[in-house]
Amino acid sequence: MMTSTIPAIVDVGSGTPQPRSLDARRGRGDRVFHGVTSLSGVVVLAIMGAVGLFLSIQATQALRSTGLSFLTTAEWQPDRGKFGIAAVLVGTVLIALVAVVIALPISLGAALFITEVAPTWLRSTLVAVVDLMAAVPSVVYGLWGLFLLQGQIIGLSHWLNGWFGWIPFFDVAGANPGSPLSSMTVYTASTFVAGMVVAMMVMPIQCVVMREVFSQVPIGEREGAFALGSTRWGMIRVVALPFGRGGIIGGTMLGLGRALGETIAVVLIISPRFDVNFHILEAGSNSVSSLIANRYSESSGFGLSALMAAGLALFAVTLVVNFTASWFVARSRSGASS
Amino acid sequence: MTITITEASIPTTTTTATTIPTTILPKRPGVLTAPQQPRTTGRMSVNDVMLMIGAGVSALSTTLLLFGRFTPLSGRLGFVVVTFLVFLATYAVLASLTETRPVVIDKVMNVLLTSATVVAVSALASVIIYTLWRGREALANSNFYLEDMSVAGPLDPLEIGGITHAIAGTLIMTSISLVITVPLALACAVFLNESRSRASGLVRTVVTAMTALPSILAGLFIFATWILILGFERSGLAASIAISIMMLPIIIRAADVVLRLVPGSLREASAALGAPLWRTVWHVVLPTARSGLTTAVILGVARGVGETAPVLLTAGFTSSMNVDPSKNPMVSLPLAAFVLVRSPQPTQIARGFATAAVLMILVLILFTIARVLGGRPPGHLSKRQARRAEARSARDVERTTTRHCEVAR
Repeated sequence: MMTSTIPAIVDVGSGTPQPRSLDARRGRGDRVFHGVTSLSGVVVLAIMGAVGLFLSIQATQALRSTGLSFLTTAEWQPDRGKFGIAAVLVGTVLIALVAVVIALPISLGAALFITEVAPTWLRSTLVAVVDLMAAVPSVVYGLWGLFLLQGQIIGLSHWLNGWFGWIPFFDVAGANPGSPLSSMTVYTASTFVAGMVVAMMVMPIQCVVMREVFSQVPIGEREGAFALGSTRWGMIRVVALPFGRGGIIGGTMLGLGRALGETIAVVLIISPRFDVNFHILEAGSNSVSSLIANRYSESSGFGLSALMAAGLALFAVTLVVNFTASWFVARSRSGASS
Repeated sequence: MTITITEASIPTTTTTATTIPTTILPKRPGVLTAPQQPRTTGRMSVNDVMLMIGAGVSALSTTLLLFGRFTPLSGRLGFVVVTFLVFLATYAVLASLTETRPVVIDKVMNVLLTSATVVAVSALASVIIYTLWRGREALANSNFYLEDMSVAGPLDPLEIGGITHAIAGTLIMTSISLVITVPLALACAVFLNESRSRASGLVRTVVTAMTALPSILAGLFIFATWILILGFERSGLAASIAISIMMLPIIIRAADVVLRLVPGSLREASAALGAPLWRTVWHVVLPTARSGLTTAVILGVARGVGETAPVLLTAGFTSSMNVDPSKNPMVSLPLAAFVLVRSPQPTQIARGFATAAVLMILVLILFTIARVLGGRPPGHLSKRQARRAEARSARDVERTTTRHCEVAR
């Protein structure tokens, strides 16, 4: 009988063979590398944790003194113990909602145009334009809104109030749209104008997310729809939009999160007021971030912690909005790969 | 390809049908008799263009009648909106005369998508042009770039005073923020990608959460800790730290995405050659992702440069030059623009617009650099980089062959 023999290099007989450990020990370089990167992770975690923790600790001082009435009080007089975020939070949310309602159709249309309709030579230019829009500083949008857009929008506000004044949202106290002598100043510095300007900042952010998702639509499904005789819009309706649903919702909410935190443009446009005001066309509005920007310098220690409480409430809202957004994006078909 | 069925070919089919039974296509009159033309799918046909022009002219004249004669409508914005709506309706009706319903819907939706893009692009153009236009008088004077505002009162003409202090402030603050954020952000992004520990998931979640932090809260945090509790004065340094807190999560997230795009095969190839992890990261992963990482940093900088709210709370305001970030107030471009336009004086407002224009141009330049560098996916080299890599590997070949020769000898 023939057997193949393994040539014995080591003396096999002298001991039982031991399984070799595959765990490659890190060299000194790798240990240093691991230490440095881990340290950076810890530092980032510490910084971010410090911001969150510090805000919460400072805010609790103010929250403890008011309790739940913090959520229902509209006034802001911390030194007299009467303050709450009812007015500013409602203002913030209304400005953000106006912004998103205006920005959504534009961003969705632009995203679809860039991915589906635009000729190839135009596509990269448009992508750059939208990215650039996202990079323009908010103070520039603020100036533009205050000096140019507001003058154009007042006419629209007037018109909306005249025709749709019976809807509570479009009602304006002290305005008489029918009279030709009525002053237009009742429409300036309103939630609507601020929302319009914020919409310009939110639009590119939404558009970037949506474009990214639409560009991932599987080519097979796209061509399948065309092969079945679909028109381009038919393809968009049955293939692109369902595929990108998660991205549309996620992008919209990401824009909402940005709109909630916008400061400078809002500070420039609105005139602050402290009552719960649902009339978006009426002069005067407020938002959490503009409250902080206007009041931080004149605040005492307690007033500052009240501002922190307001800021924390805003942060909580934007956090929920952003995480919901990323959850939608990740859960959708288009986000599964990333 | 054009399919043509001529009259001559049909009788031959029918004559053969008498001998061998085959399927005979019923002859539909008027459909296949005319030679068919291939339909163009990509471009607009002459018919489409005529349809557009017709609907446009009709809409314009209808709206002119509406505004001038029939109704008391007025206003530029209203005119544009009404014209657009009338155009859309006319276009749909005209198209429905010749086309089927799905095609009409397709055409109308095409117009809607295009106009959404036009609105977006024209908004950006309007922002840029308006800012430059309002700031043109201040921008035209050279003293605007060479002097600071300490020499000029609010009533002084535009020939006196400028924004050197704000330009210097922005440059100093941005440099300090870069020194803080870039090493930290890149190391953290590498940590997120290379570490297999569970902590990286936590760090990633926290970083994602922090991108939601409203910028004013970063300013408020520094104001309350650095200035009120630790007792430092308002300075460029405080503002830089606040800006860094804003930039850090942005750069980390962008860099994280870029590093994830580096092909795993490159990492494995490096590991298979026996390189330790740090060499793999330093010599393979980071160089491969270099352009993307640069883009991440530049986009973070563009965001940081334009941040107003945190600077407003932490830097204080000054109208004179200050190059020392550790003490005395320092002003940045966006803050200067913000403060200047809130003044009632027209010259101050003109200066504010000019400051905003300078800021915008700065962001535009940064952005262009980012596009040029970041246009390539990871691993793609520019021509010069490719030449260098070629030369490097040629040197390597030479070195290894000479060594082989030495060994052989």
